[in-house]
Amino acid sequence: MPAEPRSTDGTSADRTSADVPSTDRVPTTYPDLRASGLRLAYDNRLVVDGLDLAVPPGRITAIVGANACGKSTLLRALARLLAPREGAVHLDGRALQSIPSRELAQRLGILPQSPVAPEGLTVIDLVNRGRSPHQTWWRQWSKADEQAVHQALDATNMTDLADRPVDELSGGQRQRAWIAMAVAQGTPVLLLDEPTTYLDLAHQIDVLDLITDLNRREHRTVVMVLHDLNQACRYADHVVAMKSGRIVAEGNPAEVITAETVEDVFDLSCQITLDPVSGTPLVIPMGRHHGAPSVEAAVRTAD
Amino acid sequence: MTHSKTTALKTRPDTGSSSRSSHFRTYRLAFPPVSGVFRPRLVALCAVLAAGAFLLFCWGLSMGDYPIAFADVVRALVGSGDPGTVLVVEELRLPRALVGLLAGTAFGVSGALFQTMTRNPLASPDMIGLTQGAGAAVVAGIVLGWDGGLGTQTLGLFGALATALIVYLLAWRRGTTGYRIILVGIGVAWICTSVTDYLVAKGGRFQAQAALGWLVGNLNGRTWDQVGPLAIALAVLLPTALLLGRLLRTLQLGNDVATGLGTRVQPVRLAILLTGVGLIAFATASAGPVAFVALAAPQIAQRLAGTAWPPTVASGLTGALVVLGGDLIARTLVSGTELPVGIVTGVLGAPVLLWLLARANRAGSGG
Repeated sequence: MPAEPRSTDGTSADRTSADVPSTDRVPTTYPDLRASGLRLAYDNRLVVDGLDLAVPPGRITAIVGANACGKSTLLRALARLLAPREGAVHLDGRALQSIPSRELAQRLGILPQSPVAPEGLTVIDLVNRGRSPHQTWWRQWSKADEQAVHQALDATNMTDLADRPVDELSGGQRQRAWIAMAVAQGTPVLLLDEPTTYLDLAHQIDVLDLITDLNRREHRTVVMVLHDLNQACRYADHVVAMKSGRIVAEGNPAEVITAETVEDVFDLSCQITLDPVSGTPLVIPMGRHHGAPSVEAAVRTAD
Repeated sequence: MTHSKTTALKTRPDTGSSSRSSHFRTYRLAFPPVSGVFRPRLVALCAVLAAGAFLLFCWGLSMGDYPIAFADVVRALVGSGDPGTVLVVEELRLPRALVGLLAGTAFGVSGALFQTMTRNPLASPDMIGLTQGAGAAVVAGIVLGWDGGLGTQTLGLFGALATALIVYLLAWRRGTTGYRIILVGIGVAWICTSVTDYLVAKGGRFQAQAALGWLVGNLNGRTWDQVGPLAIALAVLLPTALLLGRLLRTLQLGNDVATGLGTRVQPVRLAILLTGVGLIAFATASAGPVAFVALAAPQIAQRLAGTAWPPTVASGLTGALVVLGGDLIARTLVSGTELPVGIVTGVLGAPVLLWLLARANRAGSGG
């Protein structure tokens, strides 16, 4: 058995199984996804200009930044949903635009922000569609398909809800169903655009824990756009901070999320402390009210 | 990880929360390496619809000034029996029944393609201007006397194709979305309707009568001349529609998700559009713009099948059933005169449209 990139917990059987090459859940080589000299625009509005990024393989990368800073646009370009005006995104040395769409869909998965399932579509139908890059019109339910769908349902804890219509699920369950579809696709790279949007805090944590599981157990390289800096710090190995279409800082959360960077990127004064649970940076925004004087006042009245 | 999900998945009884819950069976052959998913309910539905369509088809053949027993109709279809009966069935009545069958199928499949592609039941060809475009072209031919060289059928065909091109180009903005196609299509439909109305008003009494007769959708007096092109078109377009079905399933999840799943969205959309337009164009050219079939048939089929999308085959069979049934009602409702089939399908189809609109409003999602 070849040396494994990281510890595994039972998924290595897939890799050695000869009849399921397309669902090879543990990438034998990590994907190399990088953008160089990227210029992105919608019509005539330039959003990103001259951006370079190398996605750390096998890690979770979070892209953070203020609204309209180009973070979702960058993710769309990484997912070939948006063709760059200049520069290119390369996966394992090949420009995305030159890779046949089916082949690319076997290597790179994308979950857009708040996707909408057709009314009445069941979870299992949705997850099954994640297999379409591996299917042909005569082979639509191979052993590999069945295995991947069941593993995806299992990994996302959706097996019991498999026959339920997606539109009747709670927000958190719905997002898990979509992630299950992306998981069933079996791609070494998973791109997620704000996977926690519209979820309550418990479900946000649930989804982020699930993404961490996918990264740790199945060694998928994850890139996600996140709004919450504290969650980005806790859940990402690598943080990319963007402002006005440029990368301001990137690296380890502890290096990137400093009071200076947050001030620069979000135009927000803050203090940084340590997350008592994870030991990662915790951003405490200052705001105009409720600063130190009111704390003192509170202390005084308590006396 | 070890509990048996396969059996749980295949045999789990309805959870009770929804009758739409998908229950499918799977098949897989070692050689040839063929595998897939099928839904018993959908297969059963298709069988019932096909039997119903065949029944109505034969019933229609048996009716007329010279009634023929049902058994004799079936015998005449295979060419045996009384030569006179065979002549009446095959030369006089068969073209009408075949146009009804084929055009109904085409309307249903075309509607299913459009509705799935745009993710909106209102985006059927009779709502987005294609039928109206065909109508305007045919009426122009009748009133302005252009149809000498071309014939009604060809004019209808070109009318639908030209309108489709106009709608597509006007709706194009960094690709197309279902929403834009519907809005642009409704606008174009109104322009075509205005042109048609103007031509009918401008035309002479005889011409106006002929135009109106065609505009409601009519199976009267069809001959083998109308059957031929329609049959050839369907022989090409129906298999194409079935092959595109698999791609429609990802397209239904939205452009971004479909792209992420390896579907080349714009070429596929164009292929679906061309197939749907071809079906509606040939059907309208042969049978006239039979109202509401393309809109209603896929929606009825979807609800009967309990799927989350309009099933292609069942939509086609439902369309055939509606047109053949509508024609039967039209022929028997008023004794002495034969109503055009479009009037009946219109009267039956309008409530379906109202129901769909009310439903979309309640769910808060028209698209």
